Amino acid sequence: MTRPARVALKVFVWGACLAPLALLAYRAWNDDLGANPISFITNTLGDWTLRILLTSLAMTPLRIVFGLSWPITLRRLLGLFAFVYVCLHFAVWSVLDFFFDWPRMWADILKRPYITMGMLALVSLIPLAATSTTGMIRRLGARNWNRLHRLAYFAAVCAVLHYLWLAKVGVKDPYWYAAALVMLLGVRVWEWGRRVTRRRRGRAVPASPPVGSRAENPLS
Amino acid sequence: MLIRRAPRFTASEITDPTLYLSRRELISGAAAALVLVPGLGSAAAPALQPLAATRNAAFSLNESATKVEAATTYNNFYEFGVNKDDPSRLGHTLRPRPWAVQVDGFVQKPKTFDIDELTRLFPLEERVYSLRCVEAWSMVIPWIGFPLASLLKRVEPTGQAKFVEFTTLLDPNQFPAQKPGFFGFSSLDWPYVEGLRLDEAMHPLTLLTVGMYGKVLPNQNGAPVRVVVPWKYGFKSAKSIVRIRLVGEQPKTAWEKAAPSEYGFYSNVNPAVSHPRWSQADERRLGEFRRRPTLPFNGYADQVASLYSGMDLKKNF
Repeated sequence: MTRPARVALKVFVWGACLAPLALLAYRAWNDDLGANPISFITNTLGDWTLRILLTSLAMTPLRIVFGLSWPITLRRLLGLFAFVYVCLHFAVWSVLDFFFDWPRMWADILKRPYITMGMLALVSLIPLAATSTTGMIRRLGARNWNRLHRLAYFAAVCAVLHYLWLAKVGVKDPYWYAAALVMLLGVRVWEWGRRVTRRRRGRAVPASPPVGSRAENPLS
Repeated sequence: MLIRRAPRFTASEITDPTLYLSRRELISGAAAALVLVPGLGSAAAPALQPLAATRNAAFSLNESATKVEAATTYNNFYEFGVNKDDPSRLGHTLRPRPWAVQVDGFVQKPKTFDIDELTRLFPLEERVYSLRCVEAWSMVIPWIGFPLASLLKRVEPTGQAKFVEFTTLLDPNQFPAQKPGFFGFSSLDWPYVEGLRLDEAMHPLTLLTVGMYGKVLPNQNGAPVRVVVPWKYGFKSAKSIVRIRLVGEQPKTAWEKAAPSEYGFYSNVNPAVSHPRWSQADERRLGEFRRRPTLPFNGYADQVASLYSGMDLKKNF
């Protein structure tokens, strides 16, 4: 991929990830957040956290299934944007919704499984964001870094459960997210299974570097 | 040498006919909507008839009403969809006139009332009630109606009548969400059924409601006639009622059927009993920034607590 194409792609991703925030700000400015603005902002930020997180997890499957390598270059950016959105989501919940009532929030985290899952997702994304820099990848080494970053799967599972368990009867959206996640993780399992069977049969390892292995360069 | 492989696809890649047929239905439905509804996207709100009523101060809160825009755009009315804006966006499909309400069951004088007759049957009162949703938000709404007790006395319940069952209209042409969706998926078991104990239904606070904010009820708020039971969570107040039946057994309500562990028959507003997903200790009054504490029986404890004396309200939630 040429350098201008890479730059254009990154600019596009920045724009696409910032657009929901811009729209929220625009609606807030125009007093157009509906009758329950705090709930609307919380839900919108939560929606976009999930969408961006799942998109970041779709980059590797694009390579496995379609042989595209360029999406991998967007994985870190998407992951960081998902982290930004989850932080804002949490900030709105703790500041606007509960206004720093920490005992009450802590009780909810322990008592309500959907909030427990949401917190687990948020907390498990922190080390990923913290180790996202090139320097940290070097310091940890590719192998450890890859191992640590499998936490992204855990975070996504928690995030989807968070939505599934919070949604009331009749709301279908969380099932679509769950289906998407199952597909994204399924592709990885399938690829892993394929690799294992090939290795057993003593054939050559496939040309595309397997996910999460040393061969995969996390810097790419 | 170039070896051309046969295209490989698995059975799972072939779209299930029920799926693509329902997609076509969706597309043609959307196209029809575009043709039929002028100014699609904007809530097609017909001008609502004004409705004269006398303010009943003894039954009114001394609080300013929630903005009418909020009360008519932030609604739970699953017959139109599960999102808060579905009822105001899609409400135009409901035809509140002509309308009949059948009142029957264990009564001496069963009767089917035309909605206009029903509206004129008793003097209309305006009452400012607080409406507390089980989702921990609340509104203050000036309702217009008359005590349900007046109507029930008119049809003369017999000694066998122990409960009152309310049934909402079942008509997928007027209530789009009553049509089964993907894989026959439906949010609730239609029609929507709610119920009250007879003494709850006869309580002077229980209002058979035909209007709000000085006008007839908008479709999204349960036109043309609904019940308002202010000390219970909002879903207990059935909307767009076509039948009021006096029965001997406790009715099986729509939400009890959907999630019995979450929604009990009584569903009295109770800050001490939390819903599995929401603490009921406090609520956000729409238009206010900070949460406010939720009051037992939504602030109506003085009037209604005696109905439940001796009952364990944690069990009978």
